[in-house]
Amino acid sequence: MCATCGCGHVHETITLEEKVLAHNDEIAERNRKRLESLGVRAVNLMSSPGSGKTTLLERTINDLGGRRSITVVEGDQETALDAERIRRTGVDVVQVNTGAGCHLDASMLDRALDDLDPAAGSLLFVENVGNLVCPALFDLGESGKVVIISVTEGTDKPLKYPYMFAAADLVVINKLDLLPYVEFDVDACRLHVASVNPAASVITVSATRGDSLTDWYGWLFS
Amino acid sequence: MHELAIAESIAGTVCERAGGRSVRRVTVRIGALTAVVPDAMRFCFDLAVEGTIADGAELAIEDRPGAAHCRTCGLDVRLEHPILLCPCGSADLEVTGGRELQIVSLEVD
Repeated sequence: MCATCGCGHVHETITLEEKVLAHNDEIAERNRKRLESLGVRAVNLMSSPGSGKTTLLERTINDLGGRRSITVVEGDQETALDAERIRRTGVDVVQVNTGAGCHLDASMLDRALDDLDPAAGSLLFVENVGNLVCPALFDLGESGKVVIISVTEGTDKPLKYPYMFAAADLVVINKLDLLPYVEFDVDACRLHVASVNPAASVITVSATRGDSLTDWYGWLFS
Repeated sequence: MHELAIAESIAGTVCERAGGRSVRRVTVRIGALTAVVPDAMRFCFDLAVEGTIADGAELAIEDRPGAAHCRTCGLDVRLEHPILLCPCGSADLEVTGGRELQIVSLEVD
């Protein structure tokens, strides 16, 4: 007799033992191979809303755009406002609207790559949906994950959102120009990052004023 | 609410592998360090399978605790949160469990 419903039928158990996100991971791996074969460095930018991702991107494009081809994928729930900001810098950009979804997944990047067709040896920035929880779980096929936190947020954010910070290759502490006006403790934040991700690098910048952006560009080209 | 995307992924795999037969029960394994909340998962699973051959299937969840091995003192520690800290004070831990996110099996008619 069936142990599940007591119906008298013999049910068959199919053993799968496979990763839940196997389908996403397969597409991500395909994206990764495609990008690697073109020599494209793809960077996934993640943060809470308002940390300065788009401003950092605008600044980066203005500073580096003359030296290296850059393309951008903009992820937001709604609107093409960020894509319009990026388009004004003169680079190719694709806006992905996730609607009710809270993160980008590998199939969204796959489609965006078809549209963008990034040049060999170029830089590709993927600005994920502003959210410190969900994007951490979804591999896109990028070569590096960057988490941005600004000094107007809490010092303890790495502890409150450990999964996101644990996934980061680089943590960028942004809005350094506002540090004199807020309570943010940079050294304590570095320690919090280390406690969830000892391998992550941490840099401090001001995307609007331009402080320490050489550290950011150094990481991008490392 | 990434659990909805994950539940949809589970529903897609389950319906594909069930070979057209009704699905009674789906067993998944969720580690404590995956940022997936079992209650949210159950709620989303019911929504994701609505109108499919797995409509009404029971979702069984096998919990897996977070675990790590301390490279400094050799202790195996249990992790409730993804904060890598051994009682000896070391943060040099290798995570050995709790990152599982798998579909274990399904029971079909």
